[in-house]
Amino acid sequence: MRFHFKTSYDQDIRLFPDGWNLAVYSALLLFMLALPLMLDSFFLGEVTNVLIWAIAGLGLMLLTGQTGQISLGHSAFMALGCYTCVLLMEAGMPFILAFLLAGIITGVVGGLIAVPALRLHGVYLAIATLALAIIADDIIVMLSPWTGGVNGKFAPDIVIFGLEVNRWVNPEYWYYLALAVALLVTLIYRNLLRSPLGRAFAAVRDSEVSAQAMGVDVARTKTVAFGLSCAITGLGGALMGLFAGAFNNETFNFLLAIQLLMMIVVGGLGFIHGAFLGAIVVAFLPQGLSIFTDTLGRGYQIPGLEIGVFGMILVLFLIFEPMGLYGRWLKIRIWLELFPFARRDMFRRQKSYLKTERVR
Amino acid sequence: MSLLELKNVTLKFGGVTAVDNLTMELREGEVFALVGPNGAGKSTVFNMISRFYTPASGSISFDGQDLLRVRSHDVPRLGVARTFQNIELFDRATVLQNLLIGRHRHRRTTLIEEMFFVGRAWGEERAHRHAVEEVIEFLDLQPYRDKFIAGLPYGVRKVVELARALATKPRLLLLDEPASGLSVEETQDMRWWIEDIRRQMGITVLMVEHDMGLVGKVSDRVLALDGGKKLAEGTPAEVQAHPEVIAAYLGTGAISKTASATGERV
Repeated sequence: MRFHFKTSYDQDIRLFPDGWNLAVYSALLLFMLALPLMLDSFFLGEVTNVLIWAIAGLGLMLLTGQTGQISLGHSAFMALGCYTCVLLMEAGMPFILAFLLAGIITGVVGGLIAVPALRLHGVYLAIATLALAIIADDIIVMLSPWTGGVNGKFAPDIVIFGLEVNRWVNPEYWYYLALAVALLVTLIYRNLLRSPLGRAFAAVRDSEVSAQAMGVDVARTKTVAFGLSCAITGLGGALMGLFAGAFNNETFNFLLAIQLLMMIVVGGLGFIHGAFLGAIVVAFLPQGLSIFTDTLGRGYQIPGLEIGVFGMILVLFLIFEPMGLYGRWLKIRIWLELFPFARRDMFRRQKSYLKTERVR
Repeated sequence: MSLLELKNVTLKFGGVTAVDNLTMELREGEVFALVGPNGAGKSTVFNMISRFYTPASGSISFDGQDLLRVRSHDVPRLGVARTFQNIELFDRATVLQNLLIGRHRHRRTTLIEEMFFVGRAWGEERAHRHAVEEVIEFLDLQPYRDKFIAGLPYGVRKVVELARALATKPRLLLLDEPASGLSVEETQDMRWWIEDIRRQMGITVLMVEHDMGLVGKVSDRVLALDGGKKLAEGTPAEVQAHPEVIAAYLGTGAISKTASATGERV
C-alpha cells in the first residue's frame, strides 16, 4: 500500500500525484508509441479505431459523466464535425487548421443548441437530443449539394506538413495522428477537471440548487459543458469519417449516438479511463465475435449477434457494475492494496437517484 | 448599520401566504436567529434572500443593493453564503472538491487558461487551495479532506456544508438549522464555531434554528415567525418569554399545564 505524504498544494494540483503514477503513465505512453513496431497493419487500424471511439466518447463523457446531462444526439455532432472538416479541406484549407476549426464550429453550434435543450431535465433531455440525432440524418440528405446526401462523400487525402497520411499506405501515421488527438483531448479534459470549471460541472451534476448557492451560473455552465462536449465529439466524428474513407448520412445515424452512450456506461461513467475502456469493448467486440463465428465454421453467420451481445453486456453492467469497467478495476485495486483487510461491504452500493430529477 | 433589510415582504404559494408582510433588519456583525414552528416561513425567507423565490411584494436589500434585481447565482458574489436544511453537498466529490466549489465566486481564470492550465491557472489554484485549507483548519476537517461525501456521517456533512459556505468568504452567512440532527457535543462545537465566525471572521450570521438552547446562547437578536407573520422580535430572553411565541409553540391551553407540571421555563 502506498501512502501519500503531502508537503505542498502542488501535489494535489499537478497531473500526476506521485512518481509511481507518472512512471505508470509514461510506460503506457512509451508502449503506445512503440505499438506500430509490434502490430501488423490490420490490428494497428483496429487500435486507431479504438482511439477514435475514445475521443468521441470523451466528448460525451464530459457532458454525461461530469455534468450529468444525458445526450442521445451526439451522432449529429460527430456528423457536423466530419462534414465541416471535409468541406473545409475541400475548400483548400490545410488539414490541421480544418480539423481544429471543425471542432470549434461544432462546439459553437452545440452551445447554441444547448441553450433551449438544457432547459429540459433527465429523460426529457435524452428524448430531445435523440430527436436532434434523427433530424440530423434528414438534414444531411437535404443538404446533398454540399454533403453528397445518400451517395455520401469520399474523404480527401490528409496532408500534414507535406506528409501524406493514408490508412492503406502508412497506417502507422494514421495511428500517431489519432494518438496525438487522443492525448490532446485527454490533457484538456484533465486540466478542466482540476480547475474551477470542472468543479462547477460536478456541482451542476450533484446538486443544481446548491451549485447556484455557491455562485455557479447553472445555465451557462451547462451550455459550456455542452459546447465543449460537442467540440470534442466533433473531432472524434471528423477522424471517424476520414478513417472510414467514405461516409454518408447512414454513417452518423442515431444508433451511433446510442452506441456512444452505452460505451461510456460500460467503460465507467465519470472516468477518463472509462471512455478508453468502453472504446476497447465497442471497437473489438465485432472483431471478437467474427473470430468466434469463424470457429463455428466458414461463412457461418448469426444475424443481430453483435447488437444482442452488446445489449447483454450493457444490461449485465447496469445490474452488477453500474460504475463500469473502470469502477470494477478501482475496486480490484483497493482490494489488492488493502489485502487482507478489505471487507465485502466496503463497496456496498447506496441507492441513488438522478439528482437533476430530485432537485429542481 | 443595517446589512440586510427586508421591507414588507410577502410571498404566496397559490392560496397559501408563506411570508406575510415581513419587515426585518440585520445589523453588521450580529448573530440573528429566526425561530418559529414548522411551516412558519423561516426557510422561505432564506430562499428569498438567495433569490430562489421572488416575493410578490416588498423589497430586500443587501448592503444598500436591491437583491431583487440580482439573479440567484450572483447573490454569493455579493458576499452571501448559505447552508441548507437538508444537506445539499456534492455527493460524488471529495470534501476538498466541495470546499473548492465554494471558491467559485472568486474564479478569475478564463476557459482557455483552464483548458491548457496556463497563465493564471496555477497561481489561482494554489490561492484557492490555500483559502480552503484555512477553513479546513478552522473547522478541524483535516481527517476528511480526501473522503467522498457519500461515505461521511451526518454530523461531518453538516460541518462540511458550513465549511463550504465559509470557503466563499462571505459577509453574511445564512445557516438553515445548523444544529438539526447533531448530537449534544456536535451542537456544542457548532455553537463555538458560530461565535468564532462572528468574532474572528467578522461575518454576520442569520440562522434558522429550533434548538432554543443554542439560539439563546449565540444570538444577539431573535425574531419569531408563525404563519409567515412576525410574532416578536428582541433579545432571546424577551422572545422566549413573549406570550404569543409560547402560544404558537405549545398552544394556549398547554402553557399553564406544562409550566406547572415541569416547573420549567419554556
